[in-house]
Amino acid sequence: MDTAITILLDGLVFSSYLFIVSVGLTIIFGVMKILNVAHGSFYAWGAYTAAFLIGLAANAGWPDWAGFAIILFAAILVGLVLGLILERGILQFMYHRDEVLIVLATFGSFLVLEDVILLVFGVNPYFAFQPMVLLGSVQLGGIARDTYGLTLIGLAVVVAVGCWLALKRTRWGKLLSAVIFDRELSVTMGLNVTRVYIVTFTLGAMFGALGGAYIAPTVSVAPGFGIDVIVLSFAVVVIGGMGSVPGAMVGALAVGLVRALAVHKFPQFELFVIYAVMATVLVFRPEGLFAPAKVRKI
Amino acid sequence: MLRDRTVQGLTLALVVLLVVSAFVPSWIVNQMLFAFARAIAVIGLMVLWRTRLVSFGHALYFGLGAYTVAMVSRYTGITDAFVLIGAAAALSTLLGFLIGFIIRRYRDIFFAMLNLAFSMILYGVLVKTEALGSTDGFTVAAPTFAGIAFEDAQDVKFALLCVLLVVGWAVAVGVQVYLRSTLGRLTTAIRDNEIRVEYLGYSVEHAIHIKYVLSTLLAGIGGGFMALALGQVDPDSMVNWTASGELVFVTILSGPGSVAAPFIGSFVFEMLRTYAFEWMPHAWQMIVGGTLLVIIFFMPGGMWALVTRLVGQRAAGGAPGMER
Amino acid sequence: MGPPILEVRNLHKNFGAVTAASNINVAFTPGETVGIIGANGAGKTTFVNMITGYLPPARGAILYRSKDITRLPPRDIARLGICRSFQVSQVFVSLSVMENLLTAVAIAASPGLGMLRPLRRPELLARAEVILERYDIGAYRDQLASDLSQGARKLLDIAMAVVSGPKVLLLDEPTSGISTEEKTALMDVVMDALKQDEVTILFIEHDMEIVERYVDRVLAFYQGEIICDAPPADALRDPRVLEYVIGTEVQPEASGGAGGHA
Repeated sequence: MDTAITILLDGLVFSSYLFIVSVGLTIIFGVMKILNVAHGSFYAWGAYTAAFLIGLAANAGWPDWAGFAIILFAAILVGLVLGLILERGILQFMYHRDEVLIVLATFGSFLVLEDVILLVFGVNPYFAFQPMVLLGSVQLGGIARDTYGLTLIGLAVVVAVGCWLALKRTRWGKLLSAVIFDRELSVTMGLNVTRVYIVTFTLGAMFGALGGAYIAPTVSVAPGFGIDVIVLSFAVVVIGGMGSVPGAMVGALAVGLVRALAVHKFPQFELFVIYAVMATVLVFRPEGLFAPAKVRKI
Repeated sequence: MLRDRTVQGLTLALVVLLVVSAFVPSWIVNQMLFAFARAIAVIGLMVLWRTRLVSFGHALYFGLGAYTVAMVSRYTGITDAFVLIGAAAALSTLLGFLIGFIIRRYRDIFFAMLNLAFSMILYGVLVKTEALGSTDGFTVAAPTFAGIAFEDAQDVKFALLCVLLVVGWAVAVGVQVYLRSTLGRLTTAIRDNEIRVEYLGYSVEHAIHIKYVLSTLLAGIGGGFMALALGQVDPDSMVNWTASGELVFVTILSGPGSVAAPFIGSFVFEMLRTYAFEWMPHAWQMIVGGTLLVIIFFMPGGMWALVTRLVGQRAAGGAPGMER
Repeated sequence: MGPPILEVRNLHKNFGAVTAASNINVAFTPGETVGIIGANGAGKTTFVNMITGYLPPARGAILYRSKDITRLPPRDIARLGICRSFQVSQVFVSLSVMENLLTAVAIAASPGLGMLRPLRRPELLARAEVILERYDIGAYRDQLASDLSQGARKLLDIAMAVVSGPKVLLLDEPTSGISTEEKTALMDVVMDALKQDEVTILFIEHDMEIVERYVDRVLAFYQGEIICDAPPADALRDPRVLEYVIGTEVQPEASGGAGGHA
């Protein structure tokens, strides 16, 4: 029973983390039809910035709870700066070009940003445990769990509800949904697609950075942080259907729970199991579980 | 075939290189070994690229070829280069054939990332399995050639290079013949309009499966040669996503214009890597990424387009439309 | 008369709440020319899409020469002898007109291992030339398909469809997007070219003058049903056709370009 609870909790924590990271990727893809490989950079930069700033704050004598504010701040800062640099500096010149070339451009950007991290932050790992230590642990199912990990679940719920509300209830969200369904039609109706793109991309970047920033206190932030995220969040987004936020939720849950199961029962099959889930879904629903309808071609 | 200008050029290049490599210093021999081993794999990726398909995971087959050579050599004692490369080719092609059934249904990003996913599975398996060398990998014994063993390490390298050059030539000529065939010419048609191809009576998935298997065969051969050239294999340099990324980078760097392009692009890449690591070891990824961006923006035809423009002639053979 | 070359039985298809085909039963004899008319959304293109294997019907069967082809994919149906052109011309935009035709000819001529033979071989080039001339697009031989005028593009689209010598040819709005003066010119070229082989031609058309001029038989569609199946003289005066397809204020025989548009 204890193991079941452990697996469930671990799974939920991991799913939450996956969801936060993947929701940005899926929104960017849904609106702009771009698979942003550099999403891993947002994640890595968010983590490094948060860890760095928390370290500074701790040295300057700030209280530990300031770490949370710093995490949020880091996410917004990284999302804004990197998102704008990437979108205005590179992507806006490529919208008319082949999808595959755009992916390659984001891949090139990812490589550059990885090394810039080394330049800016150096090669040594960063540790910023303060927020996690602050929250301590709680007894669940007979074992002490990090409360911090559990708050991640709360954060994911907030993000999920926030996204759903924003997409369904706000004017901006409806515009986004319109562009996801039919870009050309939205343009002819007078939608300022450029502005939509900029906002979407920056927002997606912020979510990616938030995932990295929030996870930073629980790990050592070191070079190479970003790549696993890309592959995992791609799996999540593919399972859920690209462009679908509820899909990202379902995909994150599927991958997170399955991975938790694998880590505890069959550790050597961890990665394999995740991709097996992805492959199974694709066999039955090649577009993912919640993919938007396709337009008739002939 | 004999009148094809590309084939003539390739044959001339083979002769020249064979002669030249007998006289150049050993570090250049090594550069050529690494470059041309990779080039063979890149030719396969080029065939896919011409159909508008990019795989972010061909290190799966490249690495599988390398590991096959390493493990067959280690566990059976066979050191004959031809047998080892043959085994590498066979295994990677078989895997490519099987995975091809799944992958041929996908395009664009899905195609690219599914390949990556499969390659990361192999990476994970290798890293976590002691018997397969884990993160350290294996060393590879020096190869023999149809019974001939060389005492001097330089002689082994030179002999390997000669074999590699001939195999590389054969691969390039074979692919050139393929590219002139109806199936090879279908790349542009498939890229432009898959529905039309289907309505004309040909299965696009079938065509893609064939191209995919071809690319995995070549990646396996390339990986096998790389293992022999390096004298060792390990997951990070041969199976990891970075290895796939490098293959993609060289494909774009070379450009899709000719089967000769990957050899030039690979060689440039190899030189670039050697010097970059000497001068700016922490900036290698940045250089690769930056160069990739520059190519995408300013030189989409890659180095080959640049070279041919400098030399003042169009890309070899055929009408412009079909070469792209 | 002989047995029908193409037969459709109880064909049914719906997209959600929309019925695109409602128990359609119709048969076609070899060599006849049939005009398919109907308002937009009546199910004409869906009909063609189902016959050519692009869409599976929900129910029903399609028989070609008494063989059930209902679930076959387009490539198999094309090889059996049913080809089509498209409402929006589907050509290879990066290739020249000659290369477009050459590709079509090569695929038709070399299934299986034949695909490994060189593309530019004499017999294929010769056949492509013949078709270029027959469809009057020889002048555009080396032009990129993307640079062609609408009319030339349509001709290329149709030319590619006939390369394999089909017995049934479905043309989806062959004259759409072309100026009224050029419509008959285009249809003359097409019908002349096809006259030489006994092809059953079905074409979807909105221009009633074209329909009257070229067909032996008219099928009128409305909301997925065939509401009229008769020679043009009768069909174009049928009250249901007038109401649901042509429009009651307009007479089919009006001179000039004003008449006959649904």
